[in-house]
Amino acid sequence: MTTPMTDITSPVADGMVHATKVGLARVLGPAHVWALGVGIVLVGEYMGWNFGVAKGGAYAALIACWFAGLLYTCVAMIDSEVTSTVAAAGGQYTQAKHIVGPLMAFNVGLYLVFAYTMLEAGNAITVGYLMETVAGMTGHEGLNPQPFVVLSILFLAWLNYRGVLATLNFSLVITAVAFVAILVLVLGTRPWSETTPLAHAELSAPLPYGWLGILAAMHFGLWYYLGIEGTTQAAEEVRSPARSLPFGTLTGIMTLIIAATLTWYVCVGLMPWEYLGQSGVPLFDAARMTGSKALMVLLAVGTLFATLASANGCINDASRAWFSMGRDHYLPAWFGAVHPVYRTPYRSIIFLVPIALVFALGAPLDQVITFSILSGLLGYTFMPINMIMFRRKWPLRSIKRGYVHPFHPIPAIVLITLCAVTYFAVFLGYGTQLIAMVSFYIVASLWFHLRRYRFVKRSDQFTMPWPKPQGY
Amino acid sequence: MDIWTILEFAAWALSAVFAVLIVTDWIRTDSSYSEEVLTSSREGELEAMTEEHRL
Repeated sequence: MTTPMTDITSPVADGMVHATKVGLARVLGPAHVWALGVGIVLVGEYMGWNFGVAKGGAYAALIACWFAGLLYTCVAMIDSEVTSTVAAAGGQYTQAKHIVGPLMAFNVGLYLVFAYTMLEAGNAITVGYLMETVAGMTGHEGLNPQPFVVLSILFLAWLNYRGVLATLNFSLVITAVAFVAILVLVLGTRPWSETTPLAHAELSAPLPYGWLGILAAMHFGLWYYLGIEGTTQAAEEVRSPARSLPFGTLTGIMTLIIAATLTWYVCVGLMPWEYLGQSGVPLFDAARMTGSKALMVLLAVGTLFATLASANGCINDASRAWFSMGRDHYLPAWFGAVHPVYRTPYRSIIFLVPIALVFALGAPLDQVITFSILSGLLGYTFMPINMIMFRRKWPLRSIKRGYVHPFHPIPAIVLITLCAVTYFAVFLGYGTQLIAMVSFYIVASLWFHLRRYRFVKRSDQFTMPWPKPQGY
Repeated sequence: MDIWTILEFAAWALSAVFAVLIVTDWIRTDSSYSEEVLTSSREGELEAMTEEHRL
């Protein structure tokens, strides 16, 4: 006898007594999911990845790019399967709550909020730096970047406050422009022509620091893809979560692998690896090397758009994670409010603005980004554990999935192995920060366990009609 | 005063405008609706007003 599958994403057969008077608006499609995921990440192609070239040479950066691509493909596959059954905001936090338990959920929620808020702060710092650079190039030295940092955070917060559809339409347009700019740059170098300026053989040295260089480059390989898992935060706002989330996430990771490889190809072909490893804005510098003013302007616009799209998606995702934790009473329930007109988690958006401003105005970029990457890495470590528990507790025919990833448990094993390698790589470069951050999360966990969890009622946090897990 | 100095002032001014827009709407919303309505959202529930939404 077969048991009927539960379809928790069905709008008609959820079996719930509806108490929700004001909820998030279901207005998004798969293109918005793509824009959310790729928009957060694409800035990593425009800057940051190239520090891996300094660590291990051009080919080490390429190997790290593809290893990290494999890691994130596993992330995308796992996320696509699990989140196609969890049509609720909060992404991995909500998955952890249902599949692992409250303490893991609290930690994963914090990883998400810190990873995205720190990345938002890093993006705002970069906007200020870009304005300062452009002003310097036009002869105005000493521009104060602070008003541009503050404006980028407040404008995007306002946009997020006013509604998710406009926010992600904005992301869709500027992300598409930033992605097309990379394609145009590659085509502009005419790789098929004999007169191409690309000179890979002359400009790159094969593995100057050996295999250890590849390991050291892994830390920066994450920059190509960091944040693609953010697509899951849109689960409560897409019209068809079981279809849109896997589709948007998987096309997103494909886009990023193409963009990352093209970025590496064009930058390594135009700049000596010693210079590329130090560049602040490698794609813009690559455009400068072509001597084309049109490409320079296009890549400058692409850099700015990629930065804004990333900050925009980060505000969206951090606020959804914070909102979900408030709604479940893991944090004060005050944060679980939804705007009755704009249908956004407005208090969570507002609360995170001053935090982003403090870090954007008061902390150095490398520390802010490292905090973001380490929080993200902790989140990725949770995913394979989550996936294995999910398949054990809810086998394939027990709950309707919008997507079933192939070769289970190989992606989970590959992901946890690559996470271990990346921890070692991060420890080599940022050991103190790693220990400090893990200590912070331990203290936060103690606070949650000893002080906060007493306020959480089961009826508050489990309102989604999931079937009972196998064996319970 | 060159264009960049003007842009600096404009950025400060626009930042203030966005901050004021957010805070005034926040205060207006919190004073117009009950806390019960604002925090009524529950995970997994597709609320009745989804399809009736008008901006």
